[in-house]
Amino acid sequence: MGWLGLVAVGLLLLPLLALVVNTPWGRLGELLTDATVRAALRLSLVTSLAALLLSTLLGVPLAWLLARREFPGKTLLRALAVLPMVLPPVVGGVALLLAFGRRGLVGQPLDALTGITLPFSVAGVVLAETFVAMPFLVVTVEAGLRSLDRRYEDVAATLGASRWLAFRRVTVPLLRPSLAAGMALCWARALGEFGATITFAGNLPGRTQTMPLAVFLELERDADAAILLSLILLAVSVVVLVALRGRYLGGG
Amino acid sequence: MRRRHLAAVALCALLVSACGGPGRQAVAGAGSSPRPAAPSGVVTVFAAASLTDAFQAAGRRFEQANPGVEVVLNLASSSTLATQIVAGAPADVFASADRAQMDAVANAGLVTGGPTDFARNRLQIAVEAGNPRQVTGLDDLARDDLTVVLAADAVPAGEYARAALDAQDIDVSPASLEPDVRAVLARVAMGEADAGIVYASDIAAAGGDVIGVPIPAEQNVAAVYPIATLVDAPNPDVADAFVAFVTSGAGAAVLTDAGFAAP
Repeated sequence: MGWLGLVAVGLLLLPLLALVVNTPWGRLGELLTDATVRAALRLSLVTSLAALLLSTLLGVPLAWLLARREFPGKTLLRALAVLPMVLPPVVGGVALLLAFGRRGLVGQPLDALTGITLPFSVAGVVLAETFVAMPFLVVTVEAGLRSLDRRYEDVAATLGASRWLAFRRVTVPLLRPSLAAGMALCWARALGEFGATITFAGNLPGRTQTMPLAVFLELERDADAAILLSLILLAVSVVVLVALRGRYLGGG
Repeated sequence: MRRRHLAAVALCALLVSACGGPGRQAVAGAGSSPRPAAPSGVVTVFAAASLTDAFQAAGRRFEQANPGVEVVLNLASSSTLATQIVAGAPADVFASADRAQMDAVANAGLVTGGPTDFARNRLQIAVEAGNPRQVTGLDDLARDDLTVVLAADAVPAGEYARAALDAQDIDVSPASLEPDVRAVLARVAMGEADAGIVYASDIAAAGGDVIGVPIPAEQNVAAVYPIATLVDAPNPDVADAFVAFVTSGAGAAVLTDAGFAAP
């Protein structure tokens, strides 16, 4: 069994090592000041953090609903909440277009009433990233909520705390490890999102070309820039995983 | 423990056998007297995205004329394909939408037969059927109220489009730079973009959703498509046969049907 495990390690490690080995260390300074690279870095940072914020604001209440409430259709709702995790990202992008594109279910009335269109905009990038990344937060936080000892919240209630106060001062601190893990996974996923972004938001340097898109397109023009961007994404992913220290999906 | 090991070995064997292609070439000539074997086996053709319909049709004709042959198409922007070939992707034939990408492959020493120019194409502006935004020419693409998409700069369609626009000094701010020309077409077809610059052959393939606004010859660019067989071709005989077919009268007829012009 051991040697199969080693094969697995090799499969995972070798591509990453190849990436590090092929990094153009000599051109690092020049590439980091290249306009396209910087635009992609900046955009990725802004949109992934915005997606994280949106995912937290919407995902925690959803996780609460799934963990604490019983209602008809709950199983379906949980399946829907998790669906973007298993959906091929490009399919997610197409679905987003059909809903929020210029001719979309919601997008068309939105355009007609307000003139706002989401494709080809920074907001569109944030929407695409939130769509694919939020489930990671929901799943982790829901598991965390389920594993909480509810007696602490009950005690808070008997001591006169309102539900909101109990949530803020008792639940959230207890939830902190799961919340942190969920947020880290959510952010990493949003940062790495490609298929839904390029399909829904398109690709324009400075406005919608995030780092993964830049890697894909720069590969044909300037392979060194693509490798450098890949390395940065890899480094970020490693930092996130190390920070999580084994606390993957499922919390705790 | 033993059974698991066996299962692992069986799985590996299955994966390895699924990868193999060369074995199929042995079919031709098996048991027959020594004469030149008819082309057979799999021929892998890397073709520009704009050649989608033309080469699907050409592939079918070629397979009909040569039973025992299977044409496998890898369709993407020529720049993506050139990158893949230079990185070692196993291909028999490369058909590019411009000379620059073919040169990139040739400069890497990977071209053996050719390149031969086999078709020409022209640019057109793709708009929704009915032309609701009333686009009449390249000048209109600079309008603020239009959402215009182009192919990315490294993609031949994007380069040709930029060349045409720059020659007329037209300043277009595209909403998106798509990874290949068919993606540009799709944006217009879906109604996400008002206009995009594609090839005349793409309009021919587009069906009812999209029509083309012609670009006059003096403003247009002539896209030249070269084809070549590659050095490390897994099936060089069929590769040569396929290129011969494409450059023949029969191949030219297929290309003309698809909206291309003679080379």
